[in-house]
Amino acid sequence: MRLDSYGFLLANLVLRDFRVRYRNMSLGIFWSLVNPLVMMATLTFIFTRIFPNNIVPDFAVFVLCALVPFNFYSLAAAIGTTSIVDNHPLVKRVKFPREIIPLASVLSNCLHFLIQIGLLIAFVLAFGYPVNRYWLWLPVVWGLEVIFVCGLTLATSALDVYIRDMRYLIESSNLVLFWLVPIFYPLSIIPQEYHLIYQLNPIAAVVLACRNILLEAKAPPTSLLIKLTAVSIFFSVLGFVIFAKLKRRFADLV
Amino acid sequence: MLNHSRVRETIPEAPYPDTRCGLSERISEPVIQFQNVSKTYSRNLGRSFLRSYLAVWLRRVHADTFYALKNVSLTVGRGESLAVIGPNGAGKSTLLSLAAGISYPDQGTLSVRGRVIALLELGSGFHPDLTGAENIFLNASLLGLSRKKVLERFDEIVEFSGIGDFIDEPLRTYSTGMVVRLGFSVAVNVEPDILVIDEVLAVGDQDFQAKCMDRIRQFKQAGKTLVCVSHATGILEQLCDRALWLDQGETVMDGNAGEVIQAYTNSQIRLVHQ
Repeated sequence: MRLDSYGFLLANLVLRDFRVRYRNMSLGIFWSLVNPLVMMATLTFIFTRIFPNNIVPDFAVFVLCALVPFNFYSLAAAIGTTSIVDNHPLVKRVKFPREIIPLASVLSNCLHFLIQIGLLIAFVLAFGYPVNRYWLWLPVVWGLEVIFVCGLTLATSALDVYIRDMRYLIESSNLVLFWLVPIFYPLSIIPQEYHLIYQLNPIAAVVLACRNILLEAKAPPTSLLIKLTAVSIFFSVLGFVIFAKLKRRFADLV
Repeated sequence: MLNHSRVRETIPEAPYPDTRCGLSERISEPVIQFQNVSKTYSRNLGRSFLRSYLAVWLRRVHADTFYALKNVSLTVGRGESLAVIGPNGAGKSTLLSLAAGISYPDQGTLSVRGRVIALLELGSGFHPDLTGAENIFLNASLLGLSRKKVLERFDEIVEFSGIGDFIDEPLRTYSTGMVVRLGFSVAVNVEPDILVIDEVLAVGDQDFQAKCMDRIRQFKQAGKTLVCVSHATGILEQLCDRALWLDQGETVMDGNAGEVIQAYTNSQIRLVHQ
């Protein structure tokens, strides 16, 4: 098996995932838009009517900047973590590089991500924030997020084969992260001593960078980009290492 | 009970005798080599939950292991066709999955040369919501075919399967026989060096079975290697020159297919009569 056939296999697994997903939904792509819109409306209602804030203007688009990368992360991590176990017929009976399974699972979620990015861009423009040259950073920032999620799910999907409780750990941590990622509050209200934790959390870093670029029309701070890059690369290397150590017994345990 | 030791005494040490008629040359080049291979499974860690690990750790329960294969040595040469027989739980499937590179041995060494295609279950990786055509692409890519090769062989795969117009319908509308035919068509069009088949020959209607047998014979004539597991000893005797009899993970007998299958059948009959 050569590299081009790995690419072909990856492409086929990604295609399978979203063909299956969209054929089983009468409204197809519409569902990718419903979740962020409903969350945006709810959070905007709460933080403009129930707990009115006076720091953030245009709360709807502010919160959407965070919901889009957060949704991608939480969905891809949850589905990716169970991907090896969910694909047990393949793991038990076909020989191919096992890494392709979680990678395909994360990449097939990128379609949702792209659709939601489209939604985000539409809202940003509709709220009167013009296109600026720092938008060129957006693919870099989102790309780093995809790399981070790939690394994380390589590790968690491999661990899930040995300890099935892994999926619950990820689900719970997604719940906690919803509060710890600055989704409905800005970095400015966070006490200085906690800033480092936020910058080292790649999802929080992506959210902060998105707001810099889209709402403040400025480049994300270099220190933030360096931390995001370093953490993403660290996790993807760690993911591959953990996966490589654990994959020999996959066929015995799934 | 089977008298293993008695039977085993009658088997000479490796190299096993080449009793195939008409073939004067000895086994050429080894393509599959097992050297004292053992494979163990853990009983109480079978279900991978945190509590199982905690139980072992806290109560100091010994992880209870059993041998699916125990100290098996085997050399299969290029162009040989080997049948693996034995009762349920003998380790046949474990042996195939090791040879196919899907799982790994715990002890011993194992080397396999060439592209192995394992038909451990036809249509592994088929998805019911995808059409036959989409499933051909997915399945062929799982077996290691490039896009170019799949496009080249697509028509032949469809033709061989005899699926016809149904090829653009979702797989869930297919009969079991159709799914099996499609799976086999993809697999035989991948051109492996070593074909590993687990109990999938006895499927499909008579016509298709005959077509498959033909295809496997052609494959053998091309000098490729075949390893088969089946309980249908009649089919095995037709296809294979050599047989390996396993019981409880250990080699009972290895040699000429006719003789080994005869000995195995006799032992099964004795077992029934007791």
